[in-house]
Amino acid sequence: MTATKGSDSRLGAAAGLTDADLLEMYRYVALARAVDERMWILNRAGRIPFVISGQGHEGAQVGIAWAFEKGKDWIAPFYRSIATCLTFGMSARDIMTAQYATANDPSSGGRQMPGHYGSHEHNLVSVSSPVATQLLHAVGIALAAKIRKTGQVAMTSMGEGSSNQGDVHEGLNFAAIHKLPFVFVVENNGYAISVPLAKQISVANVADRAAGYGMPGVVVDGTDVLACYAAAREAVARARAGEGPSMIEAKVTRLTAHSSDDQQTKYRTAEELEAERSLDALPMFRKQLVDAGVLTEEIEVRLAAEIKAAVDDATEYAESQPDPDPGTATRFVYHDEPGGTS
Amino acid sequence: MPARTFIDSIRETLADEMRRDETVIVLGEDVGKKGGVFLATDGLWAEFGDDRVIDTPLTESMIVGTSIGAAVNGLRPVAEIQFADFIFPAFNQLVSEAARMRYRSNNGYGVPMTVRAPYGGGVHGALYHSQSVEAFFTHVPGLKVVVPSTPYDARGLLRSSIRDDDPVLFFEHKKMYRSVRGEVPDTDYTVPLGKAQITHPGSQVTVVAYGLMAHYALEAADRVAEEGISVEVVDLRTLRPLDRETLLDSVRKTGKCIVVYEDNKFGGYGAEVAAIVAEEAFDYLDGPVTRIAGPDVPGVPYNHVLEDWFMVNPEKIAEGIRTLAAY
Repeated sequence: MTATKGSDSRLGAAAGLTDADLLEMYRYVALARAVDERMWILNRAGRIPFVISGQGHEGAQVGIAWAFEKGKDWIAPFYRSIATCLTFGMSARDIMTAQYATANDPSSGGRQMPGHYGSHEHNLVSVSSPVATQLLHAVGIALAAKIRKTGQVAMTSMGEGSSNQGDVHEGLNFAAIHKLPFVFVVENNGYAISVPLAKQISVANVADRAAGYGMPGVVVDGTDVLACYAAAREAVARARAGEGPSMIEAKVTRLTAHSSDDQQTKYRTAEELEAERSLDALPMFRKQLVDAGVLTEEIEVRLAAEIKAAVDDATEYAESQPDPDPGTATRFVYHDEPGGTS
Repeated sequence: MPARTFIDSIRETLADEMRRDETVIVLGEDVGKKGGVFLATDGLWAEFGDDRVIDTPLTESMIVGTSIGAAVNGLRPVAEIQFADFIFPAFNQLVSEAARMRYRSNNGYGVPMTVRAPYGGGVHGALYHSQSVEAFFTHVPGLKVVVPSTPYDARGLLRSSIRDDDPVLFFEHKKMYRSVRGEVPDTDYTVPLGKAQITHPGSQVTVVAYGLMAHYALEAADRVAEEGISVEVVDLRTLRPLDRETLLDSVRKTGKCIVVYEDNKFGGYGAEVAAIVAEEAFDYLDGPVTRIAGPDVPGVPYNHVLEDWFMVNPEKIAEGIRTLAAY
């Protein structure tokens, strides 16, 4: 994903990316947004019961995920990781069948709430609802990668609210002691549901804590896709070289309420919400690519049509898929007991 | 066939499995050079090195959570929780994560992980080095829970646990580590998970037990035999999945059932056994299903008089058998 060619733009060359890479990254940011916006429409139309959104996080997610090797490296995502999962190989259909909890939803076969994405095929670890537990899974994956000498790097991402959990402390300490090939990504949108950053941490940045574990911690502007990519590329290189884990804190914004069951105007002012609208990676990345001559009008029209078609297709597909059969609800409690008895 | 102590059997089995399968690793507190506080992992570090025998920081949630991740990426971790009493920081990782991974991913992921922990009282361990914690975990679909009582079973069941593709909690009664000896063949035998064993055949009263209590049940059976009471002892060996067939066959034969467990009586594992017997063998019962268990105080007290008061012992079991036999 990182080769450059003579014909590529200066923007791409400076980032170590081809123009094709840049356009593909833009497509993922825009696709994630389009899928996400459709989810809210479907929720308000009464078609799906619940939405948890990644809007405002997509630029950081795509920039960071782009630095990892698909099909080799591992990601333990969280509930806002739609763009991460798309970038790592899941399709719009995969995301949309999760919203409808269909029998063929690849994340869980309709067993989990939407937002709990996972795919063994794409090395995306199944995620639960207790937050930050997945950090230890990613650290364990990195431990196995080191012991088995697979050359894999494991990443986990979560919000800054989740970063206060004890599992984070335990896992970062262990990963640093053993110089595991691990990258910890904090997508800091300033809110843990309703609780603002000032009541979550006493320091300016979550990444300030990295020093206490003996690992580098960097803060990046989460609206700057290429800055996120650069930070992740460095962390991945460090991990791959056996130099240990890193922490990346991407400052992002939450463009929606916490979920479809949250009313954020109760704790965020109209002025704040308006101001945050301008901190959106999607139009900023678009402008960057247009200014660089990478995203032409012709390409943009084509991409917009492709994305709309993909979202329409995913919606129609998910709408048409059957619910799971209750007769299957006892399956897969244990590997050797299809009936799932005690 | 050589005789082994309970802990020797466990240690040798760990070494055997690590030699047999290079994906087996051991991690926990003091499991390395020291070989564990009970020496259950003694010698493993010298043979297998830093990569496969990992001394962890004092972080039980990390020990289990990292084992889950390592299992997802191709290893078979055997985690040690130094005392079962300290497993609770890892409760979330065991119950929310390990137990549910296969179900919630619709069989996309499994967690082939074994978590060993010494449990139980009678060793002057007081409130926080004596607990029986099995009931917290037998409640949870997705977990398997094993409590061996002999060196033979410890080897066969530990092999099965390590080779199993699901998370297994393997509880070892610490009082048995050096006090229980038995024959252990040097073969690659296994004892399947989910199979109980009749360790003392009898006809009048079924006594269901596991771990240290399986030994005390045998002692009690011998005592009352002299009084003419014929007891059948069922050693469950695996608590989940439960061998209902062996349990119910025995109760249908004897018509009377006592469940013995060291944990607090209220809501303990034996309560589930009693409920199953009452539901599924009611027509065969000739007396109330009875529990002999620990008192409902929040821990085993330290003072030896108080500890003796707490602990189930062969005489308490024998007394329960006499009462039920006379019913």
